[in-house]
Amino acid sequence: MIELRHLSKSFKTADATVDALKDINLTIHSGDIYGIIGMSGAGKSTLVRCINMLEVPTEGDVIIDGVNVGELDTKALRDLRRGVTMIFQGFNLLMQRNCLDNIIFPLELAHVDKETARKRALELLEIVGLPDKAQAYPSQLSGGQQQRIAIARALATDPKVLLCDEATSALDPKTTHQILELIRDINRRLSITVIVITHQMSVVEEICNRVAILDDGTVAEEGTVSEVFASPKSEAAKRLVYPDSAESTPAAREGERTLRVVFNGSAVTTSPLIAQMAMDEHIAANILYASTRTIGDGVYGNMLLGFPDDDEIVARATKYLTAGTGIVVMETRPEEQENRKEKGE
Amino acid sequence: MFTNMFAPEKVSEAVDIFLSDFPLALWETLYATVLSTLFAVLLGLPLGILLVAGEKNGVLPLPSWVLKTLNVVINILRSIPFLILMILVIPVTRALVGTSIGTMASVVPLSIAAFPFIARLVESSLRELNPNIIETAQSMGASPLQIIFKVMIPESVPSLISNFTIAITTILGYTAMSGIIGGGGLGKIAINYGYYRYKYLVMMVAVILLVVIVQVFQAVGTYLAVKLDKRIKTRRHHQ
Repeated sequence: MIELRHLSKSFKTADATVDALKDINLTIHSGDIYGIIGMSGAGKSTLVRCINMLEVPTEGDVIIDGVNVGELDTKALRDLRRGVTMIFQGFNLLMQRNCLDNIIFPLELAHVDKETARKRALELLEIVGLPDKAQAYPSQLSGGQQQRIAIARALATDPKVLLCDEATSALDPKTTHQILELIRDINRRLSITVIVITHQMSVVEEICNRVAILDDGTVAEEGTVSEVFASPKSEAAKRLVYPDSAESTPAAREGERTLRVVFNGSAVTTSPLIAQMAMDEHIAANILYASTRTIGDGVYGNMLLGFPDDDEIVARATKYLTAGTGIVVMETRPEEQENRKEKGE
Repeated sequence: MFTNMFAPEKVSEAVDIFLSDFPLALWETLYATVLSTLFAVLLGLPLGILLVAGEKNGVLPLPSWVLKTLNVVINILRSIPFLILMILVIPVTRALVGTSIGTMASVVPLSIAAFPFIARLVESSLRELNPNIIETAQSMGASPLQIIFKVMIPESVPSLISNFTIAITTILGYTAMSGIIGGGGLGKIAINYGYYRYKYLVMMVAVILLVVIVQVFQAVGTYLAVKLDKRIKTRRHHQ
């Protein structure tokens, strides 16, 4: 379990103090894939660097499995970092070492004997699906392959936590999906807690179970991914959930009830879901907003549907839509509608 | 002045001098250059590393006065013209080698002139390194010394070799200058025969040899820098 308590970080520049993080409180449970999302400059990278003390917080504590990381001496901190490893947007492989030696690198730093290190590195190459790249140099690999090597390197010291700092931001959507699959697989098979820093909602949608939305150095919203997606409360969350801005989303008509349908990797079907519902259940939904996309064989994104103000119809629609795998349906909160109406006036 | 340079008697005289003096001169030039470069690297490499690692945000921060002093000393040494430096360090040379004349003696001022230059070259090589790589090593629990010896230096090898090539060719130029105050080598021949005794053909041959040596050093250096750089290998498994 990772606890961040009253965490603050300010940077002093020549003529001002910048508060990058302001009183952050988060609890990340073991086994979570925890998303921390925010626009650029929200403080995400600083936050993740506070967890392994690459950035020393100005105030507050980072507690990993009961150990207060800020109180560790240099040696103990280095040991801790072997258990809390990190992957980066730019992969950051050693360009003058081949892939095998890149994976061996953290073991070399920990003075693991050569033969054990080599065996472990070869195993990891298998895990990340690149067993034939041992002798290749990073410059000979594609971005996705380089990130796989970086993941193998991060796993070499058997960490319990993996920090991913915009790990897929430099990759194309297909490769992003593959890397996220790998991270999810690692999380499940090796029960490693994963913290994912990203500015892409799709990344959070795809693999995270919980999410914190960071806005201007503070946690604007925190909860399970489906909760936050279904009914974003804060402005920052709304901006991320409806990238085209909340204002431009058509307001529900007077007396209309709205359901948010979140597609979290649901299987692509040949029949169009909403049209099918109209035919099967004779419920005509008003599509107020939709942003979905297909990645691999899953659908991701969300949709806002308007229904007549009738408990029976809403219940039936909810039941019909939830029948699909990977689909979460939530009725949007009245205050959200209130807000909309106020804005419309 | 060069009109009779290729007169038959001048040519035969030059051939005689070439055969009698040049083999030794060539050897002296090479060993003064290589030995001075070696000493200069031994001093300059650690200094260059300290200049980068010792910074406030570096991996091994030094007290700022240490870093400032280092920078000032390097700048002072670098701003003294080599000809003057050779004269200034004569007492040091005497103390170290026992004499201030000869090829071995010239290694002292050559090394002193070259090590601050090499420190600056090493500094610039190490600064080219992507700072994210260092942060990554830190995130894995690398100690400052591990970062220096396992990341900063190995990752900079191609650039360091390119810069050492620049250094060795520059030092070769300095060895020629050391001929003026009694250093041996091709420089001495060029000055003694060409400048003092008007045997321009001999001087020309010495200069041509120096040019050839620079070409060879540069070619070998470039070859090694490219060959050892794993970033520019052709992509065999392009996807």
